[in-house]
Amino acid sequence: MTALNRAGWRPEMIAGGADDNTTFTGNRALMLEEPLIFEIGSDATTGVDFDDAAPAIDMGALARSAPIGLPGLSESETVRHYTRLSRQNYAIDLGLFPLGSCTMKHNPRLNEKVARMPGFADAHPLQPQETVQGAYAVIHELAEWLVTLTGMHSVAMSPKAGAHGELCGILCIKAALEARGEDRRVLLVPESAHGTNPATAAFAGFTVEDIPATGEGRVDLAALTARLGPDVAGVMITNPNTCGLFERDLKAISDAVHAAGGYVYCDGANFNAIVGRVRPGDLGVDAMHINLHKTFSTPHGGGGPGSGPVVLSEALAPFAPLPFVTRLADGAFRLIEEENADEDHPQSFGRMTAFHGQMGMFTRALTYILSHGADGLRQVAEDAVLNANYVLRNLEDVLDAPFGASGPCMHEALFSDRGLAEGFSTLDIAKGLIDEGYHPMTVYFPLVVHGAMLVEPTETESKAVLDQFIGALRSIALRAQQGDPALKSAPHFAPRARLDETLAARKPVLAWNEQGDAAETT
Amino acid sequence: MRYLPLTSDDRTAMLAAVEASSIDDLFVDVPAEVRLDGPIPGLPMHASELAVERHMASLARRNHAAGDGPFFLGAGAYRHHVPASVDHLIQRGEFLTAYTPYQPEIAQGTLQMLFEFQSQVARLLGTDVANASMYDGSTACWEAIVMARRITRRSKALLSTGLHPHYRSVARTMAKYTGDHLVDGDPGLGSQTDWTTLAANIDKDTSCVVVQYPDILGRIDDMTKLAEACQAAGALLIAVVTEPVALGLIKAPGEMGADIIVGEGQSLGVGLQFGGPYVGLFACKSKYVRQMPGRLCGETVDANGKRGFVLTLSTREQHIRREKATSNICTNSGLCALAFSIHMTLLGEAGLRQLAAINHTRAKAAAAELSKLPGVSVMNDSFFNEFTLVLPTAARPVIHALAEKGILGGVSLGRLYPDNEGLANGLVVAVTETVTAEDVAAFAAALKEVLA
Repeated sequence: MTALNRAGWRPEMIAGGADDNTTFTGNRALMLEEPLIFEIGSDATTGVDFDDAAPAIDMGALARSAPIGLPGLSESETVRHYTRLSRQNYAIDLGLFPLGSCTMKHNPRLNEKVARMPGFADAHPLQPQETVQGAYAVIHELAEWLVTLTGMHSVAMSPKAGAHGELCGILCIKAALEARGEDRRVLLVPESAHGTNPATAAFAGFTVEDIPATGEGRVDLAALTARLGPDVAGVMITNPNTCGLFERDLKAISDAVHAAGGYVYCDGANFNAIVGRVRPGDLGVDAMHINLHKTFSTPHGGGGPGSGPVVLSEALAPFAPLPFVTRLADGAFRLIEEENADEDHPQSFGRMTAFHGQMGMFTRALTYILSHGADGLRQVAEDAVLNANYVLRNLEDVLDAPFGASGPCMHEALFSDRGLAEGFSTLDIAKGLIDEGYHPMTVYFPLVVHGAMLVEPTETESKAVLDQFIGALRSIALRAQQGDPALKSAPHFAPRARLDETLAARKPVLAWNEQGDAAETT
Repeated sequence: MRYLPLTSDDRTAMLAAVEASSIDDLFVDVPAEVRLDGPIPGLPMHASELAVERHMASLARRNHAAGDGPFFLGAGAYRHHVPASVDHLIQRGEFLTAYTPYQPEIAQGTLQMLFEFQSQVARLLGTDVANASMYDGSTACWEAIVMARRITRRSKALLSTGLHPHYRSVARTMAKYTGDHLVDGDPGLGSQTDWTTLAANIDKDTSCVVVQYPDILGRIDDMTKLAEACQAAGALLIAVVTEPVALGLIKAPGEMGADIIVGEGQSLGVGLQFGGPYVGLFACKSKYVRQMPGRLCGETVDANGKRGFVLTLSTREQHIRREKATSNICTNSGLCALAFSIHMTLLGEAGLRQLAAINHTRAKAAAAELSKLPGVSVMNDSFFNEFTLVLPTAARPVIHALAEKGILGGVSLGRLYPDNEGLANGLVVAVTETVTAEDVAAFAAALKEVLA
C-alpha cells in the first residue's frame, strides 16, 4: 500500500475487488460512491443567499486575510452529498440493531416534532426566567417522572451524557465524603463494568479496585463485603449488569456498603430492562445515571448527543450540581444557580456544564414517557426481557451461553466464542451478520467473557424480525464452527470490506489535505 | 401501545418457547420484596399521539421564543439562521438512528461526515487536527485544561477574566477534584483585555493560559504575543471560541499560535435549543493528538484498497484504557456535529466570510444606534457581533422591563456576575444576521422608555 487511493469513484478502485463486475463510476446501481466535500466543493461556491451584499470591513491586523480552505456546495449538491453519505449507514430505521448495552430501540417521530416546536428549539438558555416557564416546566415534569420511576429522592438534570452523569454521581459522593470530613480513596468496580466507570472514578481522583464475580456472572457479595473498610468510598455497580443478569444481591451489597460508610453508584445504562418492574431506590442505590438516549428513546444520532440525568438518594441530594429548576408554591418555576445557591443549596459541588443540560433530549424523553405512561413503560421492560430471553434460548444450542444456566437473562443475551473453528472469531460472526443485513451485536464486551457477543434486541422488535435474526445468526454460527472461509472475508456486500485499522492508527490521517499526509504526532 | 410490536399471542408463544409460565418467571431474580406488582401508582397511563402533542405544545407556548420579537441574547449561545436543508438532512433516519460507528463497513456515512467535520473545524480554528466533537464548549474547555496538565506536567492554569463565567465555573468544579490550581477573576468594564497581565504572570508552574476570543464582553485582541510568552515559558495557550462565525472575519487562534483551541459550535446548524444539545469543538497542534480526549476519525483503506474511514487512536479512550484513559467521555455530539458540518458546507468559505461580515456590520450599526441613548455607552473598542453596553442603572431590572415589552434585550452582567456590583450596569448585546434594523429601532425606543 504505497499511497491511499483518494478518489473513491474512479474505476480502477474496483480492480481486484470481490466482484469483477466493475463499472466506470465505481457505483453499483443504488450503492453510490461519494467523494469528500474537499474534492467536489470550492471556496467560491455557496448554498446560502443573504439579504445583504458582503460589506467591506477593515479589521486591521486581526483581519483573516489568508484563505481558510473551506469548500462550499450549492444547496442541491449539499442535499445530494449528505443523502448519499446517509445511505452508507446502517440504522434502526433499516432493521434490528442489537448492540448490547446500547438499547437501540425505535425513535418515535413525535419526539422529533415536539423538540422542534419554536418554544423549545428557539429559546435561549439565558432568557429572563419569566419568558421560559414552559422550558422549566418540561425539565421539572421529566424530573418528577425520573424520580418516581426510580424511587429516588431527587435528580440532577444537567449531565450531558452517561459518562458525564457518572462523573456527576461520583462528584456527589466525593462532596458528601468531604462534608463528613473523610478522605476515602477507593472505589470498587466490577471487571464487567463499562470502561467509563473506571475512567470516571480515576478522573475524580479515586483509585479503582476490581470486585470479583461469581461463577454465575454476578458480583461476589462475600468478596466485596470483605474488602469494605474505612478507605472505601463506595462501589460502582451496573444493574442489570453487562452479562445481562439482575444483581440479586444488590440490596445486601448496598446495606453492607452503607454500614461501612460508603455509597452505592449504579450505572443505569441498562435501566430499560427493569423500568416499572423495580425501583433502584428500593435497592439502596445512592446515585444512578439514566441514559435518556437508551431507555427513553432519544435518538443516538451516530454517536450522540446523549443525556445523562442522575437520580440521587437523600444522602447525596444536597451536593447536586447547579443549575437546577424548582417549583415555587405559586406554581412558577425558579432556577437555582450560583447567586441563590447559598441560601437554597449551599453544599452543591458546582456547575458541570454551561447551561441547563440537554433540553432537546428532555423534550423528546418526556414525549416518549407520556406516550407510554406507567403501564406502557412496564410493558417496555417486559417485552425487552422477553425478546432477549427468546434470542438466548433459541441460540444457546449453537452458541455458547456462559451464563445461560444462571437463570433468565434480562434485556440482553450474552454468548462467547467457544466452539468456533480454529482461526474463527467473534469478529467473523459480526461481519457475517453485516452481509445478512443486520448491525452486529456488541462484541468483545464485557471483558469477562472470551470473545463476548452481547445481543440486546429491545422491545421494539417483532417476533417475526427476531425469528429471522435467530435464523441468520444460527446459520453464521454453524459456518464459523465448520470453518467456512468465506466468513473470514465478510462482509462482501457492504459499502466497504474490512478496513485497515492498524494503518489508520500507525499513520493517522485525521484531516483532509491534498497530499494525504499523516499527522506528525509524538 | 404503538411502539410495541409484540401481540399478546406472540407473548404467549414466546413465553412458552423460553419455558416460562408467565412474564414474572423472567423477573425471578428481582427479590420479591422490591418487585412492583403493577404500574407505579399515581402516574398517568399511556396516551395517544394527539394527546401528548397537545400537552407538549401547551408547554412550548408558555415560552417566549426567540423568533417572537426583537432578540439580542448571546453570551455563549447565538441565534443564527439555519438553512432548511440542514434540519431535513439530519433527520435522515440513517443519520438520526445510527449508533457510534463501531462497525465501519456499514457506518461510512457517519465516518466520512466526521472526517469532513474534523477537517472543517481544524481549518476554521487555524490548526492541524480536530476531534469528532465534545459535549459542548464549556466541557471542552476544562478537558483542554486537563490535557495541558498531562502535556506539561504542571498544574497551574491562568484563566483570562474574559472567559465565560459558566466556563470558569465548570473549570472550578473540576479543578476541586483533579488538583488543578486555577488563577481567575472577574473582568472589569474596560475596553482592554487582561492578556498583557496574563503574559506577565506565566511562571514555571503554569500549565496553560486560557483566553476567550471574542471574550465574554465581546472584545477581540491579538494573541500572538501571549502565545510567544507561553511558548517561552513552556506553557500552552488555550483559546476558547464561543462564536465560530467570527472566524470568517478575524484571524483564527491557531494562526496566532494557540496550542489548543476549543469552542462551542452551536452557532452553525444547531440552534439555541435552550442550552443543549450543543457541540463542543476541540482542536490542537498535531504533536499533541495522542493526549486529546474524545473520538477521532481517520482515513484508511479497506481490504479491496478502497478509501474508507474508521475511529482511530482509540488507545486514548475509556473503552480500551479504562482508568488510564485521557478522558471518561464516550458519547459525543455526533448529530450536532453533522448539523454544524452541513451548515458549514452550505456556507463554504465565501458564505462564511459574507455571513461574518454581515454580522459585524449589523452589530456596528446597532452599537452606534444604542450609544445615542442618554447615559448609554458602548464599552468596546473592538468587537465582532457582540458588545457590552454600559447603562446608567443596573441592567438586570432593565432586561425584565424590556421583556415585558416583548423585547429580549441581551444578557445582563448582573445575571452572569451576581456578586459583582461593579459590573451591574453592563449589558451584553449580540446582533446577528437575524436582527433587522426595525428590531434595533424597537430595542432603542424601548430601552429609552425603560431608562427614562
